[in-house]
Amino acid sequence: MLPDLGPVVPELIVAVAAMGLLMVGVFGRANATRTLCGLAILVLFVALVFETGLTGTRAETFGGMFVVDGFAVYAKILVLIAAAASLAMSIGWLRREGAERFEFPVILLFATLGMLMMVSANNLISLYLSLELQSLSLYVLAAFQRDNSRSTEAGLKYFVLGSLASGMLLYGSSLVYGFAGTTAFDGLAHAFGNGIPLGATIGVIFVLTGLAFKVAAVPFHMWTPDVYEGAPTPVTALFAVGPKIAAFALLVRVMVGPFSALTDQWLQVVVFISAASMILGAFAAIAQSNIKRLMAYSSIGHVGYALIGLAVGDQTGVRGVLIYLAIYLFMTLGTWAAILAMRQKGRAVEGISDLAGLAKTHPGMALALAIFMFSMAGIPPMAGFWGKLYVFMAAIDKGMVTLAVIGVLTSVVGAYYYLRIVKVMYFDEPAEVLDHGGGDGLGFVMGVTALVILFFTLIPAPLVTQAGAAAATLFGG
Amino acid sequence: MDAMLREYLPILIFLVIAIGVSTAFIGGAWLAARQRPDIEKNSPYECGFDAFDDARAKFEVRYYLVGILFIIFDLEVAFLFPWAVALGKIGMYGFWSMVLFLAVLTVGFIYEWRKGALEWE
Repeated sequence: MLPDLGPVVPELIVAVAAMGLLMVGVFGRANATRTLCGLAILVLFVALVFETGLTGTRAETFGGMFVVDGFAVYAKILVLIAAAASLAMSIGWLRREGAERFEFPVILLFATLGMLMMVSANNLISLYLSLELQSLSLYVLAAFQRDNSRSTEAGLKYFVLGSLASGMLLYGSSLVYGFAGTTAFDGLAHAFGNGIPLGATIGVIFVLTGLAFKVAAVPFHMWTPDVYEGAPTPVTALFAVGPKIAAFALLVRVMVGPFSALTDQWLQVVVFISAASMILGAFAAIAQSNIKRLMAYSSIGHVGYALIGLAVGDQTGVRGVLIYLAIYLFMTLGTWAAILAMRQKGRAVEGISDLAGLAKTHPGMALALAIFMFSMAGIPPMAGFWGKLYVFMAAIDKGMVTLAVIGVLTSVVGAYYYLRIVKVMYFDEPAEVLDHGGGDGLGFVMGVTALVILFFTLIPAPLVTQAGAAAATLFGG
Repeated sequence: MDAMLREYLPILIFLVIAIGVSTAFIGGAWLAARQRPDIEKNSPYECGFDAFDDARAKFEVRYYLVGILFIIFDLEVAFLFPWAVALGKIGMYGFWSMVLFLAVLTVGFIYEWRKGALEWE
């Protein structure tokens, strides 16, 4: 009895294409990297088309290991957009940094495959395998500039701490399996009907710890600033969106699905890491002068806001998480496109002070970056405000006023460093001018994401409806 | 729950016996044997000779690459044995799963060959 391959068509396309491109790269011409990057983007678009074709279905395959539902399709579309956009931003960077090796798009495709499978994992075993496929590919990408000591350090740190987290996840999974007697999510949801053994609680907390590491929530965030700073910038752009969205979708699915009977046990942990992430993200970013580090702390803060939705744990909360992740995807991609465009005399620069006077020298880029910063701070006309509003409203409906208040207060603190970037761009005198031209599609990414962020307020319905429908599938609605 | 835990009982018994026997041997030797250590007896040796070198020597990074590549195919073989034994029961699904797995590994093998990872010089 062969499994039904219909629900896994997008994953199959990515997997076969990645191996095909590997063979093309190794047998083809020496300088085919640009062609391979283009082909990989095409593959991601084809997968995206097939993924949208799966909207509205619910199917399990491979003996229940793999599930496709509205929630999975929604998250996979975000992941595919993230992967395609960061690959498109990499092309120019690879050429300028002399790091044009054809393995880059291939490894990125494998990482994307891992993320897609994470979102669809329906069993602790497929959860672990997909997470490892994603992580192992990302370790390599983080160390991709192997002649650069910061890049190799980032790769090594990510590898050591990432394997620690994987170990915790695995340990937790084995405890859960030991007490429930099954690894299938459907079985786990029913296993704890009468009484919850202490060991299972410990297991769930370990699983939660491992996943909190992958989404970089406080107190498992230590690797984030170093890895974000050291890794090649387009790879960091991918780190900030793709794996984060995939791991978050996985976290939500695991916590509200198989472990929903243990909500009382994990809820206090999620509330704590959510509040701690928001607070640390707001305060630690203030002192940063490197924009990549600043964005790392900013992403920790955003994880905290999205975790509020998970703490709420009902359909409204999950809908808030999904809206937040989509808006986060667009504003983060745009910001990283702007960071990638920061070059002086052909060299990449990362200081916030290098942006001084950008409004006079590059008005378009300054305007786009200002839109992203206002959006991240959550200032009303921008999309970022609505993302926060939906999770805060869900929290208040559930009576979790404290979390919502912490969220609002840390947003105010966070606004300081986002607005400081705007101030540096618009009111400081330019010291050294950033290079013009050589956009390589960065301007395009910035423009599109800025328009999305700016006009979301006028037409929010498509995203909100989709997110609502996706959240409903998780609650059998 | 009890029925499931009972299935693990042989493992527990095995653990207890293993710990007991090894403790008995080491402890018995420690208690009963006559011990007259001297420098010759306490020094490390290689097959009766004096140690030639410190055990913590540097070795070439190429061993690492070969070691990692070896592990993959080592595990592949370890995976093939139970598959071959169970082939009658797992049917076409099991057969094609392994064939696809081997095909994926072959792609990796072609890549490492072309990249020159198997050349020593």
